[in-house]
Amino acid sequence: MVFDKQNYVPGTHPDLPPPPGTVGIVGWVKNNLFSSLSNSILTILSLYLLYLLIQGGLSWFVVDAVVNANDKPSCRKIGDGACWAVIVKRFDQFIYGFYPLAERWRIDTSFLLLLIAAAPLLYPDIKFRKYMLIFSCLYPFIAFILIKGGVFNLLMIETNLFGGAMLTVIIGVTSIACSLPLGILLALGRQSRLKLVKLLSVCFIEFMRGVPLITLLFVASTMLNYFLPPGTNFNLLIRVIIMMTFFSAAYIAEVIRGGIQAIPKGQYEAADAIGLTYWQTTRFITLPQALKISIPGIVNTFIGLYKDTTLVVIIGLLDPLGIGRAALADTKWNGLSTETYLFVAVIFFISCFAMSRYSLWLEKKLSTDHN
Amino acid sequence: MNSKNKKNVIKINEMHKWFGSFHVLKNINLEVSQGERIVICGPSGSGKSTLIRCINRLEVHQQGHISVNDVELSGDLKNLEVIRSDVGMVFQSFNLFPHLSVLENCTLAPIWVRKMPKRDADELAMEYLERVKIPEQAKKFPGQLSGGQQQRVAIARALCMKPKIMLFDEPTSALDPEMIKEVLDTMIELAQTGMTMLVVTHEMGFAKKVADRVIFMDEGEIIEQNTPKLFFTKPTNDRTKLFLSQILNH
Repeated sequence: MVFDKQNYVPGTHPDLPPPPGTVGIVGWVKNNLFSSLSNSILTILSLYLLYLLIQGGLSWFVVDAVVNANDKPSCRKIGDGACWAVIVKRFDQFIYGFYPLAERWRIDTSFLLLLIAAAPLLYPDIKFRKYMLIFSCLYPFIAFILIKGGVFNLLMIETNLFGGAMLTVIIGVTSIACSLPLGILLALGRQSRLKLVKLLSVCFIEFMRGVPLITLLFVASTMLNYFLPPGTNFNLLIRVIIMMTFFSAAYIAEVIRGGIQAIPKGQYEAADAIGLTYWQTTRFITLPQALKISIPGIVNTFIGLYKDTTLVVIIGLLDPLGIGRAALADTKWNGLSTETYLFVAVIFFISCFAMSRYSLWLEKKLSTDHN
Repeated sequence: MNSKNKKNVIKINEMHKWFGSFHVLKNINLEVSQGERIVICGPSGSGKSTLIRCINRLEVHQQGHISVNDVELSGDLKNLEVIRSDVGMVFQSFNLFPHLSVLENCTLAPIWVRKMPKRDADELAMEYLERVKIPEQAKKFPGQLSGGQQQRVAIARALCMKPKIMLFDEPTSALDPEMIKEVLDTMIELAQTGMTMLVVTHEMGFAKKVADRVIFMDEGEIIEQNTPKLFFTKPTNDRTKLFLSQILNH
């Protein structure tokens, strides 16, 4: 730690390396894990606990687990770990619901196309973005035709056969895609100088935020029929998607309003001073900055919305949670709730974690503060 | 000065403004001829910033008349954007758009307000960035520049609209001392091109060097105006004398 004592002429002192043990892995371990006696004890204790957890968890999850069995009793005969057989046997239902077996390629194709359609929206630097965006615009129609059918010799599939993860993705992605633009409009409307636009936006936002989502879903499933002309059969799934969209649009609007209000007044003055119109200012100055600030809040709302899709189980739509509960109600698999709910949790965790990581990546990419 | 036979580009006539019940501008009368360089000074809160902000209608006056290039600024102004694009403005806090590169800051208005093709706008922007001596920063974002550089970009951004009048609202007040000079130099060069300029500033050196007329404001009124030479050597009003003694003796 002691350097050779050297005297430099003022103005010629070179940059010296930091003292050893303060940077790099050694430095990190020393600073974070063993910085004091109590800290060192905690570190060792935690390592021991971690070891116990992993050892016990591994045997239940993997070593003693059963993958192939026809019901719970035969599972228990083979091993006393997790009985993943319930997931394996019902895996197709968890993913496709009751969508006819022979037609499931349509779901797979739609999902793959969804990834292609989403890519140019999520990654602004992608190649051929202009052409891919055209496809993104067409995608909703393509997906609707593929999944619902009824034209081009495609068998018409009733929406009450939809279920599982596919249902979650359909409700989640559609509501997310629709609620962002609607939320932006509501946020702008709430800031508008036009009194009527402002009043309508405020009423919509406050009503949607003030009512529990379950209530809205009940309204969607039952009450809406009273308001629509008799004889119109308005698909339940579409009603649910509309309600979900309205609900999360209200939240998104408030998140974006926060972003808009965080923009310094000088930005608008500068935009006014160079002669931009209201819509030009909104498009080039307000929204790019407001949306960037609001990314964490927006993604937070989206993740909430995505998980709230499980509430549709209450009005009789079978998302993965509903499928899981149906499996548990089966006498063959009665009592395997840990395995079932863990699996459902994993399905949701993958999507939500991906969204969360994406938002971090996007925040970093859009940051223009340093370098 | 030699402005007798030149045309008046700004005419302000018996103008009043209130913020709520606070009477911030009182009976302002001012005519600015083309190419004239005016420095407005005065204690803080005297209404000097508000006055120049009224000229491009960032603030709305309630009484009296303002006309810019013979267009009256009033409530039923249809093409406010067009008039604003003829009047450039530079702010104390720069107000660059932080999410756009330096070049994009400069080309935004030419492209969307002047409807200029992007390539021409880029060329124009580079020309002005060269004039304010920072062409090499064109691809950077404002947050990566020093205060003096940011203010010079702000000047270039305003100039890209080819304005006929430039307003400066305390352009050097937010800068570190060593950066004030580079901004003032840019403004002096601009003054030499014959631009009509209204500058709110405390830089009396700039006023002496560049201004055709110095205006002193206090409590919302124009107290005194004169050529820099007479203004600094023979102020007539007591408040002007007090103000000058305060800012020149430190």
